Amino acid sequence: MYSDYSKILSNGLWHNNQALVALLGLCPLLAVSNTVINSLGLGLATTLTLILSNLLVSSLRQFILPEIRLPLFVLIIAGVVTIIELIMHAWFYELYKILGIFIPLIVTNCAIIGRAEVFASKNRIMPSILDGLAMGLGFSFALVVLGGFREVLGSGTLLAQADLLFGNTAKNWKINVFDDDSSILLAILPPGAFIGLGLLIALKNSLELRLQATKPVTPKVYE
Amino acid sequence: MQFPTTSSPFTPASNTVNRVMLQVLIALLPAIGIMFWLFGNTLLIQLLLSCSTALLAESCILWLRKKPIRMHLLDLSALVSAVLLALAIPTVAPWWISVSGTLFAIIIAKHLYGGLGYNPFNPAMAGYVFLLISFPQQMTAWQLPFDVISSATVLDHTKTQLGLDFSLDKIRTSPLFGYAAGKGWEYLSLAYLLGGLWLLQRKVISWHIPVAVLLGLTIPALTAYLIDSSRFTSPLFQLFSGATFCGAFFIATDPVTAATSNKGRLIFGALLGSLIYIIRTWGGYPDAIAFAVLLANLAAPSIDYYIRPKRT
Repeated sequence: MYSDYSKILSNGLWHNNQALVALLGLCPLLAVSNTVINSLGLGLATTLTLILSNLLVSSLRQFILPEIRLPLFVLIIAGVVTIIELIMHAWFYELYKILGIFIPLIVTNCAIIGRAEVFASKNRIMPSILDGLAMGLGFSFALVVLGGFREVLGSGTLLAQADLLFGNTAKNWKINVFDDDSSILLAILPPGAFIGLGLLIALKNSLELRLQATKPVTPKVYE
Repeated sequence: MQFPTTSSPFTPASNTVNRVMLQVLIALLPAIGIMFWLFGNTLLIQLLLSCSTALLAESCILWLRKKPIRMHLLDLSALVSAVLLALAIPTVAPWWISVSGTLFAIIIAKHLYGGLGYNPFNPAMAGYVFLLISFPQQMTAWQLPFDVISSATVLDHTKTQLGLDFSLDKIRTSPLFGYAAGKGWEYLSLAYLLGGLWLLQRKVISWHIPVAVLLGLTIPALTAYLIDSSRFTSPLFQLFSGATFCGAFFIATDPVTAATSNKGRLIFGALLGSLIYIIRTWGGYPDAIAFAVLLANLAAPSIDYYIRPKRT
């Protein structure tokens, strides 16, 4: 049981990371990741959607006919996203305005329907929730790293406008890395997103290769 | 005593990458000379910066990719990219401009796509566009020759003034203008033309691309000029301002990123030339060579796909 859960976690966070390995949900990933806070906002919204949609799909899986499962998944996801959109509208209005169309567009994020199809419709409720959480956090992680990379290069700051997400106490969280006179504008423009994501995937792959190269050695050490 | 016999033709070694690149560098010498005459030592500093950065970045990445470093450094392609980029950067730009532009050109535009022969985009122009988009302020501040204050180039000036509804006759009276285009700049254009013609004569490049580029630019320019000469600049102005000749002879002819068949080259060049005119006239940036080259590079594989040489 324990190994099952840890496998779900490691898959979601690293081995089958939706953004870096499955390359799903790239549209919001590329469009919104221009600052850390925007990334985190969208990442959390996506995570919540994944958890709720996995929960609903998993608990309804006995009643969903295989022939019409895709429209039903879309209906469930659209309902969940509407709830989350209303929540953000109520409590994070500024962030809601910045993220704009990308909140309703979470519906079209392939990662969510992908998890419903591959995992939640075949598994019990608890593992499905955990899978949603892990996949969502993995996606948010990639989003935040990309957002940080682009924000530092493109505007020379980090955690700007943190108050949008964390309230007034976060107003002075902003870190000025260097003055915005010499910032690389390209990084916050769309090409920066593509180049940044490419570099991130390359980094992940090279880390993976390095881990694999060291793996066969470790058991010998303990023998 | 036996002599080794080889069959005819007894011509010297064919055009290797190294030889081609060396000749391109030689052909750039007149332009470098004119630039040096106009801008002085600052040009040499830019050249030194970008060339050393290019060689360093090239060696590092070749080492990372476990490729023979000496052989690839000696093919001079990195040096050609660095020189072309340095000539396009305002000579008074701070040091990190040319360094970061060269790093982008060599590492991202060239080696991440697989190195020499695999890059879909011209590295020098990719580096230039990276700089122009990222640092628009530093990249448009040319310290003009014969002029103490730094100001815009003629293309830039003409565009702003036309936007303010001045007629061309009035704009032409500005002291920025020389005989045909920007004062001083037109000599530079002539130097590029000279180098380009020498390359043609040495058969380093074929005539197709330069001729098509120049025609692709001249024909729409002439048409618009004949229709309304108070709002559209003359073809002569278009040819001699900005980097038209540099683009037509040195950048568009890059064998890696251009179309490969002769017919394809004509289409590629014509597309590039007309893109230059369109972007210069209606686009947001003053000069258009780099954007036009990248767009045409993007189209080159499709051109090659549809214009395949007929099998005989």
